Amino acid sequence: MKRFLGASIPLLAAGIAFLFGAIMLLAIGASPWEGLKALLDGAFGSWDRLAATAIKATPLILVGAGITIAFRTSVVNIGGEGQIVAGALLSTSVALAVPDLPGILLVPVVLIAGLVGGAIVGAIPGALKAYASVNEILSTIMLNIVMVQLMNYLLRGPLIDPREVEAGTRIPQTERLSDNASLPNIVPGVRLHLGVLVAVLAAVAVYILLWRTPLGFRLRAVGHSPDAARAAGINVKANITMALSMSGSLGGLAGAILVFGSEGQRMVTDGSSTGFTGSAGFNGIVAALFGGLHPLWTIPSSFLFGALLTGATNLQRVLQVPAPIAIAINGIVVVFVVSSGRIREKLDRMLDARSELDGPSGDDTATAKGASA
Amino acid sequence: MSSQPMLEMRGITKRFPGVIANQDVSFDVSAGEVHTLLGENGAGKSTLMKILFGLYQPDEGEVIWQGAPTTITSPSEAIDAGIGMVHQHFMLVPTLTVAENVALGLASGRRPLTDLGAVSDRIREISEQHGLAVDPSVEVWRLSVGERQRVEIMKALYRDARLLVLDEPTAVLTPQEVDDLFVILRRMTSEGRGLIFISHKLHEVMALSDRITVLRNGRVTGQTVPAESSREQLAEMMVGRAVKLTPDRPDVTRGAARLKVNQLSVQGDRGTLAVENVSFDVFGGEILGIAGVSGNGQREIAEAVAGLRSPVSGSQILFDDENVANLNTKQRRARGLAYVPEERMKDGAVGDFSVSENLILVDHGTDAFTSSSGLFKFDAIKRHCSELVERFAVKTPTIDTQTSNLSGGNIQKVIMARELTAEPTVLIASQPTRGVDIGSAEYIHSQLIAQRARGTATLLISEDLDEVLGLSDRIAVMFDGQIIAIVDADDATREGIGLLMAGVVEPTG
Repeated sequence: MKRFLGASIPLLAAGIAFLFGAIMLLAIGASPWEGLKALLDGAFGSWDRLAATAIKATPLILVGAGITIAFRTSVVNIGGEGQIVAGALLSTSVALAVPDLPGILLVPVVLIAGLVGGAIVGAIPGALKAYASVNEILSTIMLNIVMVQLMNYLLRGPLIDPREVEAGTRIPQTERLSDNASLPNIVPGVRLHLGVLVAVLAAVAVYILLWRTPLGFRLRAVGHSPDAARAAGINVKANITMALSMSGSLGGLAGAILVFGSEGQRMVTDGSSTGFTGSAGFNGIVAALFGGLHPLWTIPSSFLFGALLTGATNLQRVLQVPAPIAIAINGIVVVFVVSSGRIREKLDRMLDARSELDGPSGDDTATAKGASA
Repeated sequence: MSSQPMLEMRGITKRFPGVIANQDVSFDVSAGEVHTLLGENGAGKSTLMKILFGLYQPDEGEVIWQGAPTTITSPSEAIDAGIGMVHQHFMLVPTLTVAENVALGLASGRRPLTDLGAVSDRIREISEQHGLAVDPSVEVWRLSVGERQRVEIMKALYRDARLLVLDEPTAVLTPQEVDDLFVILRRMTSEGRGLIFISHKLHEVMALSDRITVLRNGRVTGQTVPAESSREQLAEMMVGRAVKLTPDRPDVTRGAARLKVNQLSVQGDRGTLAVENVSFDVFGGEILGIAGVSGNGQREIAEAVAGLRSPVSGSQILFDDENVANLNTKQRRARGLAYVPEERMKDGAVGDFSVSENLILVDHGTDAFTSSSGLFKFDAIKRHCSELVERFAVKTPTIDTQTSNLSGGNIQKVIMARELTAEPTVLIASQPTRGVDIGSAEYIHSQLIAQRARGTATLLISEDLDEVLGLSDRIAVMFDGQIIAIVDADDATREGIGLLMAGVVEPTG
């Protein structure tokens, strides 16, 4: 009963969100039916479009899987944007430093550089929270801003393409990075690169980490009850730092994949973080929540959001609706999905309360809690 | 009204899917009487009271209130009828004053404005009449636990409850406060109110009750009066078999001092010294009981020995002559520490974890449970946990059941199972049986005795004086952060320890 409800509520939320989207399309005189068709066609209509959906989903899977690590440890990570940028910057720098390494080496090296960059930027708010009680919501958001400015500085200065300086155009971008670092396609003829596979494997690895290893066990213990964990001899502070660092590392990996999976094969900034990340650092949180903070469910959840992103582009093109409409539909889905989490919690609690009343075990739990109070 | 009972619950049966919570339970309270409802967790006390307050409707049987069959469908109807309840967990808003809390939910005489002046006057009146000593103008957060409980009683009296249900009212009180409470309760019965007292502290039941009804598995297993009964008989009625309330302590030759505490000073949460210059040794094969009213530094001693609270510099804590004062909890556990914390749901177990996860909370990283590839060996974990659950008689549907769904006694058994399998050299057991049913408590006591026979040095901290007297070889009494006496258990009396707990050091008389 509970499991069934848990699965159906996000879907219901998505359905209601689409209904709202339909009303909006009607209001501007477009056909909602055509709109839905354009959306689906755009997301799944051809192999290339399917691949585009998967590519859009990739950073969401990674950030989302990272978010599950943090949230399962009861720390919040809103720093996905900054961590993506950090991973991208470090992996870009590495690729610029050793461009001649063969691909078989350089691809793993830049991916690891991405992991490390994200891990560093994640560890900072983690350590601040663990050892100085700094609220991690604030510090991760602040670091987003810091990282964007660092990116803008580096791409305008030290890392700028020398040709931009020569030509005087000074577009803030790196030179074209070594092709050896370019992520290879996994299906010949389709633009579906290795990053998608890496992301899915990373999500599976997070699942194994959290539920099959002592480290994940400690993280979850700290997340549920820091006091009991501490009394059992678990280092709560180190685990909090570790959780945010690992969470950040997956964001950093997403950043490296964004750079080396892109067609331009270089890092460009338009001055904002979303210009580079496409808001994956935030959308990944939504994907993780939609997936019930379970790393494996984050995979289909991210594909759904990836589909929305690619589908919306097509919707805009086919129906000639203004871009804000497509963005608004996305936003509505997000609002409904996120609030569905709350609704599900409430329903869970109601069901729990009922099962507690249904029988004398209610006495037991009440007294058990009483004894601990 | 005097001859006829005030409340009669006749032949109450309440079934839930798969369980009969109450079967043909008859229970009555007369005016001026304390009728105790005694039973283990899950015996059906709460179900019966929920029926009285209209939260459940009985499948069979009837409720007769003041001589007339009555159907109560909600707590507010019960309150209107003159039935009050003092919950184990206080239902008070800490930031409001006593008067505001009492007036909460009642119509004001000057609607829409409040009428707190009149409420305060009435509170003073009732307070004086019943010896409650409740000041209506004080915010509740400033009050002690005992005072808060008196506010709860005030709430019921203010609503003129003729019948008052007290659910485990002494669970949170110090011995002094319990005595004060009983005086207040006696005064209430003397003016013709009826009381239903729910408790499983047997000597309190014996002291307060006029009549006692014992429930087990939803049925009434006996009705008696204190004069014709004993604690042992009551326990037997509750559990359904003979129970040893005082465990046998076989002779054990005392070993060397395995835990030494020298000049230990520890800061409390408020930054002042909660423990001041305390020294004691615990020998192998010995249980050193620490008696004292809670809040006199016992918790801080336990946490300092466990490595969860840093002592003031200069303090020494030695396990088997090795100074561990600068080691963390994990390192101390590696040297043989086992710790059963006072608050089992906060510090002892992770409520959202399964039983098996809690059983490996300490040892999850050892080779026994983690393979060389870094993954858990679930087979080994399952085997280990199933064995522990069986050995420690933990009542749980499966080892994967969420721990917070177990009863307090079974959660405590899970914690004991985890802590004792490590074969500790130093065991700290804080309030090991508080809120635990008698059967589990008996079992936990037998395990502590078994550890003593093994040669463990056990530090037993308990507010239950009977427990300390029954288990300990020596008893240290704490008062105001200091150990004011360590006495041999054979020479100790309840009264003597009680006086020491109140800080009286000079021999009286």
